[in-house]
Amino acid sequence: MNALRRTWEELGRYPSAVVGVVLIGFIVAIAVYAVIAIPYSEAIRLWRGGDDVWIETPRHARPKWINWFRKEKLPETIIVRTQENPDAKTVIPYGEGFSEIQVVFEFEYTADDFPSELSLFLQGVYAREAPYVDAFWITPDGREIRLAEFTVGRSYSYRISQDNQVRRRVGNVAPEIGLFADPSVTDKLVPLKGTYKLVLDGFLFEDDATIEGSLIAYGKVHGIAGTDHRRRDLSVALLWGAPIALTFGLVAAVGTSLITMALSAMAVWFGGIIDWIIRRITEVNMILPMLPILMMIGIFYSRSLWVILGAVVVLSIFGSSILTYRSMFLQVKESAYIEAARSYGAGSARIIFRYMMPKIIPVLIPSLVVTIPAFVFLEANLAILGLGDPILPTWGKLLNDAYEQGALYQGHYYWVLEPAVLLMLCGLGFSMLGFALDRVFNPRLRGL
Amino acid sequence: MAEPALTVESGATPATAKGLPQWLRLLVYILTRAVTIVITSVVAVYLTIIVANMGGKVDEIRKAEIDFNVRQMAVADESLRHLSVAEYNRVVEARIQQEYERQGLNQNFWARSVRYLWKAITLDLGQAERLTSDSGSSWVRQIILERLFPTLLLFASAQLLIFFLGIFVALALSRRYGSWLDRTVIALAPTSAAPSWFYGIFLILFFAAMLRVFPFGGMVKAPPPTDRFEYALSVLKHLTLPVLAQVLSSVFHTIYSWRTFFLIYSSEDYVEMAKAKGLTSGQIERRYVLRPTLPTILTSFTLLLISLWTGAIVLETVFNWPGLGRLIYEAIQKYDTPVVVGTTVIYAYLLGLTVFLLDFLYALADPRVKVGSGGRRA
Repeated sequence: MNALRRTWEELGRYPSAVVGVVLIGFIVAIAVYAVIAIPYSEAIRLWRGGDDVWIETPRHARPKWINWFRKEKLPETIIVRTQENPDAKTVIPYGEGFSEIQVVFEFEYTADDFPSELSLFLQGVYAREAPYVDAFWITPDGREIRLAEFTVGRSYSYRISQDNQVRRRVGNVAPEIGLFADPSVTDKLVPLKGTYKLVLDGFLFEDDATIEGSLIAYGKVHGIAGTDHRRRDLSVALLWGAPIALTFGLVAAVGTSLITMALSAMAVWFGGIIDWIIRRITEVNMILPMLPILMMIGIFYSRSLWVILGAVVVLSIFGSSILTYRSMFLQVKESAYIEAARSYGAGSARIIFRYMMPKIIPVLIPSLVVTIPAFVFLEANLAILGLGDPILPTWGKLLNDAYEQGALYQGHYYWVLEPAVLLMLCGLGFSMLGFALDRVFNPRLRGL
Repeated sequence: MAEPALTVESGATPATAKGLPQWLRLLVYILTRAVTIVITSVVAVYLTIIVANMGGKVDEIRKAEIDFNVRQMAVADESLRHLSVAEYNRVVEARIQQEYERQGLNQNFWARSVRYLWKAITLDLGQAERLTSDSGSSWVRQIILERLFPTLLLFASAQLLIFFLGIFVALALSRRYGSWLDRTVIALAPTSAAPSWFYGIFLILFFAAMLRVFPFGGMVKAPPPTDRFEYALSVLKHLTLPVLAQVLSSVFHTIYSWRTFFLIYSSEDYVEMAKAKGLTSGQIERRYVLRPTLPTILTSFTLLLISLWTGAIVLETVFNWPGLGRLIYEAIQKYDTPVVVGTTVIYAYLLGLTVFLLDFLYALADPRVKVGSGGRRA
């Protein structure tokens, strides 16, 4: 316990160790938050993303905080729902179940850029005959633009952005631009700020019939992390990437290091044929191309992260560190206390696990911490090659999506930078701590 | 340059105690290493094949190939022309079964795997299912050979740069031990935790997407220039970012650890002695610091190279570099099993060759090999 505190105090004198611990703390905090805020099954459901999960978020939206650094503010998504505003609907009954209805979707528009999309989602409530409406667009300066007329079925989506007739009516620009453009500015397209209205004028054919729904002017920024090509909020994957990366890195590093250490202790203790076999396996393993073999496993057998994790541990056990440990154990084996243990009749297992292995734990800890980032990046490696776990959201899969969608070519830098920065922080954290630990535990390097 | 240290002058110690001439010892050492590495490579390839064939994938490749060949031959066979469709199919099916038997596909798993091992060793890698080489061939061997040169070009240039840059900067830093430059490099060493493709993404972001001074990827511009000089220039331009990415991802850690080796060796008594004799610092470095450190450095470089090969696959993918790594990525995307297995085998060979090449240099650099007092690391 005392030794632990001394180590800790000594670590405090290395700035890189302090930074490393802070970074690791940050990633761990994200991981804990992710697991508490979004349960595992919920994260998977969100990331798989059916039709309805991400219907109200924009595509390729940048994070909201980007507006702090911009003079021209990008629009946020505006959603106007009839359920939230009962005054929006006026119904004038004509008798015999027949009535006239007017639904007004009204909103303020203050952004300096156009929305990315404009859609109307309506639910007609009726028994047999669906309501029928005309849709108009009223700009802040009072112009009235006819949009379309349609029967409102039980679930009717009117994608205004994709309506070619509206496109022609507003001067052959995309409807979400034409409907918002300021006509007094002729040399370029700027949005007109003020109160916009979308009005539905129509008829209900039954007593209890009505229309509910929402108008969505999709923005160009969303949440703290933005969205991807499938409208998914990147923050889900950014948050959940942390616990997955930490688990993968820690399990792989601890598993590999402990097994490697046990094997090299055995090699030294038993010597002879066991030693020979372990050294030959290490040589073969050095030539074994690890990533291609993991890729083959990914293609032929399973892409599950946990299967890959198992394969990674098996392939890394016979790494080059086995030789380093071996040379240390060769010295340990000659120590007097080992001879003492043998003289009182301690068995091989006892000597290996209770006497030999604890002796080199100080060397093990730094190398263990340093290898964690390698495994974290290995997962990202596989993911970016398209062999990521099919259901889990990870940082590597975000990078893979971004890469496949050509995010860099199209200027969606946030999409690449966010997971990359988190990966970097995680890698740097463990790596910096490991380097400092190495110097604390290896007196030969101290002061160098 | 570090050249003088790499070539070991002979004649300093004549025949050794055990009576064998130096060159013979060197030869015996190198041959032993070569045989060892060939054996390890064969075992590695065998393991690869076993992994691939656990799910019967290699069998499927072979069977598809036999089906194709037999059907091709049947089409050309005059004697089958007069048969009815049912008859014809029966004959072809019988021939396919016969061919399966002849090629041992109905043998047990281990016998088959040894057969496949032989095919892999002789680079008889079969036919690709979907991919073709640029010249239109679908033989896996052709496809791989075409991709080999770009990969070697990219990695040889990056690795040589890392090696010499590493030695020079490490030596310079060990001389200015404790300076702000030294501290900066130590502080940057942990950045080597990230693989090269990761830096590649940032480099593409800055130099290709934002500044537009270097291309996003590829090996030459399209269409390729016809002039040789221009072609080379274009390749050089495309080479810059991927090479830079590799250098960035490993150079700081390499410098850090090599500088530490140098510092450890320069505190030896014989270095103090050399200083006392009044030798120049250049002479001391070459004769008393670099020489004894070189074997250790080569060993650490071998380990670095092995990890670089792994990072290479993703790096080529990120930079669209038409090499082996990109090939294996394409093969995965299209589920082209023969190509995946073939490329994996070739990677095992490349790693084996890398290790052997460095062993050879090691033998030249380590005097113990020649004197006969023990070989390389255990």
